[in-house]
Amino acid sequence: MADIKKLVSMLKELDDLLTGCMRCGMCQAQCPVFAQTGRETDVTRGKLALLSGLSEEILKDPEAVNEKLQRCLLCGTCEANCPSGVKVTDIFLRARAILTGYLGLPPTQRLIFRRLLTNPKLMNNLLSLGSSLQGLFTKDADSVIGTSCARFNAPLIADRHFKKLASKSLHSQTPHKDTPSGKSGLRVAFFPGCVTDKVFPQVGQAVLKIMEHHQVGVFMPPNQACCGIPALSSGETEVFDNLVRQNLDLFAKGKWDYLITPCATCTATIAELWPKYYGDKMDAVRVKELADKVMDVSQFLNDVLKVTPKKAASPAKVAYHDPCHLRNTLKITAQPRQVLAAGGKYAAAELPGGPSCCGSGGSFNIKHYKLSDVIGRKKAESIAATGAKIAATSCPACMLQLSDMLSKSGHSIPVKHVVELYAESL
Amino acid sequence: MIRDALKNEFQRIVGKDNVMTEPDELHAYSYDSAVLDQTQPAIVVRPENSESLGQVVKLCNENGLKLTVRGAGTNLSGGTIPHPGGVVCLTTALDKILEINEEDLYAVVQPGAVTAKFAAQVAAKGLLYPPDPGSQAVSTLGGNVAENAGGLRALKYGVTKDYVMGVDFFDVNGELIRSGGKTVKCVTGYNLAGLMVASEGTLGVFEKLILKLVPPPAAYKAMMAVFPDVMDASRAVAAIIANKIVPATLEFMDNFTIRTVENFRKAGLPVDAAAMLLIEVDGHPAQVEDDAAKVESICKDNKALSVRVAKDDAERNAVWQARRDALPALARVRPTTVLEDATVPRSKIPAMMQALDKIAKKYDLTIGTFGHAGDGNLHPTILTDKRDQKEWHRVEAAIDAIFEEALALGGTLSGEHGIGLAKSKYLKNEYGVGTINYSRRMKSVLDPNNILNPGKILGPLLA
Repeated sequence: MADIKKLVSMLKELDDLLTGCMRCGMCQAQCPVFAQTGRETDVTRGKLALLSGLSEEILKDPEAVNEKLQRCLLCGTCEANCPSGVKVTDIFLRARAILTGYLGLPPTQRLIFRRLLTNPKLMNNLLSLGSSLQGLFTKDADSVIGTSCARFNAPLIADRHFKKLASKSLHSQTPHKDTPSGKSGLRVAFFPGCVTDKVFPQVGQAVLKIMEHHQVGVFMPPNQACCGIPALSSGETEVFDNLVRQNLDLFAKGKWDYLITPCATCTATIAELWPKYYGDKMDAVRVKELADKVMDVSQFLNDVLKVTPKKAASPAKVAYHDPCHLRNTLKITAQPRQVLAAGGKYAAAELPGGPSCCGSGGSFNIKHYKLSDVIGRKKAESIAATGAKIAATSCPACMLQLSDMLSKSGHSIPVKHVVELYAESL
Repeated sequence: MIRDALKNEFQRIVGKDNVMTEPDELHAYSYDSAVLDQTQPAIVVRPENSESLGQVVKLCNENGLKLTVRGAGTNLSGGTIPHPGGVVCLTTALDKILEINEEDLYAVVQPGAVTAKFAAQVAAKGLLYPPDPGSQAVSTLGGNVAENAGGLRALKYGVTKDYVMGVDFFDVNGELIRSGGKTVKCVTGYNLAGLMVASEGTLGVFEKLILKLVPPPAAYKAMMAVFPDVMDASRAVAAIIANKIVPATLEFMDNFTIRTVENFRKAGLPVDAAAMLLIEVDGHPAQVEDDAAKVESICKDNKALSVRVAKDDAERNAVWQARRDALPALARVRPTTVLEDATVPRSKIPAMMQALDKIAKKYDLTIGTFGHAGDGNLHPTILTDKRDQKEWHRVEAAIDAIFEEALALGGTLSGEHGIGLAKSKYLKNEYGVGTINYSRRMKSVLDPNNILNPGKILGPLLA
């Protein structure tokens, strides 16, 4: 454990960012965690105050502060609505890195990050082994949504209704792709992201089908590494750097116009966090190039390929959930709805109460499942209240959470990615 | 530190999960929205029902524990900053809307109910709860009543006190005191509900509030008038009222604020204008048409460079977006934002504006001013950096000067933020020592151990 003075001096670097908070407390209206607990340490203002307290040595327990800091979904809703424009995500990610550096991660988590996450081949092999064994430990929960639950008492799974690992991941179905641009004259690099690859390969296949239909060439190199957000949000900056570097090298091997992903989180990470947090500043040009060219798949379809809604006689309602990373970070809300309606069969139904976080938040779901569960169940109820028979979103991580919540709350509403629904029509 | 035995008692009353004593938890309740020094409580409790709320108050009194009740902590005068080593009692779990009565036009709520959520539920029933403080998205109704919060609609519709029909509260012994009621007329006993409004948590702890509702206006029209001179804008304000028109909202922005907002939003605001008035009239459609036309011509008669009348909801929203942007835009200029609410008779707005200008120059500070011109409630907003000690001293001196000026013009220390800790030192300048003594005597009887939010409004009491 490092010297506490050093911790304080590192936290002092956040001082300029922290003083921007005027403690107006308007973040209370936005925070999904605070909405459940009503506690100041669960809302942004409180967390910023804790970080200030630590850096001013009023508080002397970094572990307690870190624990509170982890109780955040990083959904960015507070930041998008902050009157003072406080860079909340930036502060939290930097603070997590500083505190993780000081406190260290639990050994298992560190092992997963350092040995597994940074080695895509090993991770793929291990998970495909896991995929073939998971039937032994799980049973079906809801056949419409396609969820399973634990067969035996398993603390890690708890009462989750989860989507199983796909029996054949996207990378084993389609190990790589390198097709020339067709009539469109465009070529995209395709970054499916971990959850698409391992749980929802059909989302990846939908993207490939759509690109083929629109005659867009695809460059999808094998052994893609994770976008790095799990490592970064846990404060493991070295692992994050390693992952970014692997991807930079991989995608440098092809020529393409846009980098597309079907994952809101991956898109936001590559666009916003890679340029900001990648440690190797010598590589800034390469990072910026990717960050400038990355696009959410709906954004690409709508803004570049000009796919627009088709008039349908009586479109089926689809409850659309805005992933936080699209809505708050990238301000992308119209395009997925356009793509949804572009197939000529569906129309987006808006959720009562407006958009809000589904409660997934990546590792938040693992560390604070109870809270994640309460937030998610509300979301499930609002989806059910639309009367739609299908739910759709633009982020595989949200898909996992929505499936769990809809399945557990007894609403047998299947969860799809908007590109799956669009691909149906082609 | 609080004794273990007491901590156990609190846990017995509100449950283990609702008692917080860890240093980080206490730290998170050591401040509110006011730019004042933090002070830590010894314990934070979060009752989930009114019985336990009453028991918490009683336990505090029996043990001489200083009690500060806190809702959303948006207080701008330090009213929810706890007494060092005292108890913070959260109302965030007491947030129920118990009744919205459409026949008799009242609602019953718990003190922790959030203002905007309540207003939305009232609106869903086709009624209106007019008080709309800037913090309404998070502020609680208990806090609104305790501070007598205002808002943009105060000119025509009044402030929170005009909507309080009854307040049930716990006295220091944990006894439930009932006051006011659900009838439009009610003169039973002392007007204790009136006494509780603006008492800032120093006289009792709210258990339940009965609030008045009104029918919403059938129509409204918003407009934006631009003036070459603050004096012209002020004359227009006076002329509108003199012509017997009471707009729902009549807001003012000075040149600095206009420029800052334009820089922030790029909405095409007139950056050369000395002042802007944002006006909304509402009521019966025919009257709205009539009033809007009159307001427009009054503004023009008072040298308005232009008057833009919103043609539809989108344009109306654009008018109000400019006003909503005032604070966010100003807040981004410097790290620390000191938002004051010195209030003067509306005829004195030009004099106050001139005074603010002088104060900004004298103390070498940046002050942006916007606010509720119609009711004389200005928000001079000092943009500074609290870490710069020299500058901060000048800020403190400037704040003194602002209040001195407001009082000299026949105004008041606070239009809507309350006195709290921040302005208690100026109180005698407004009301005199006699008033303070009277108030202190009253408090000393109702709260002999001085446990209820001590130090707020009346300053430190001598034992």
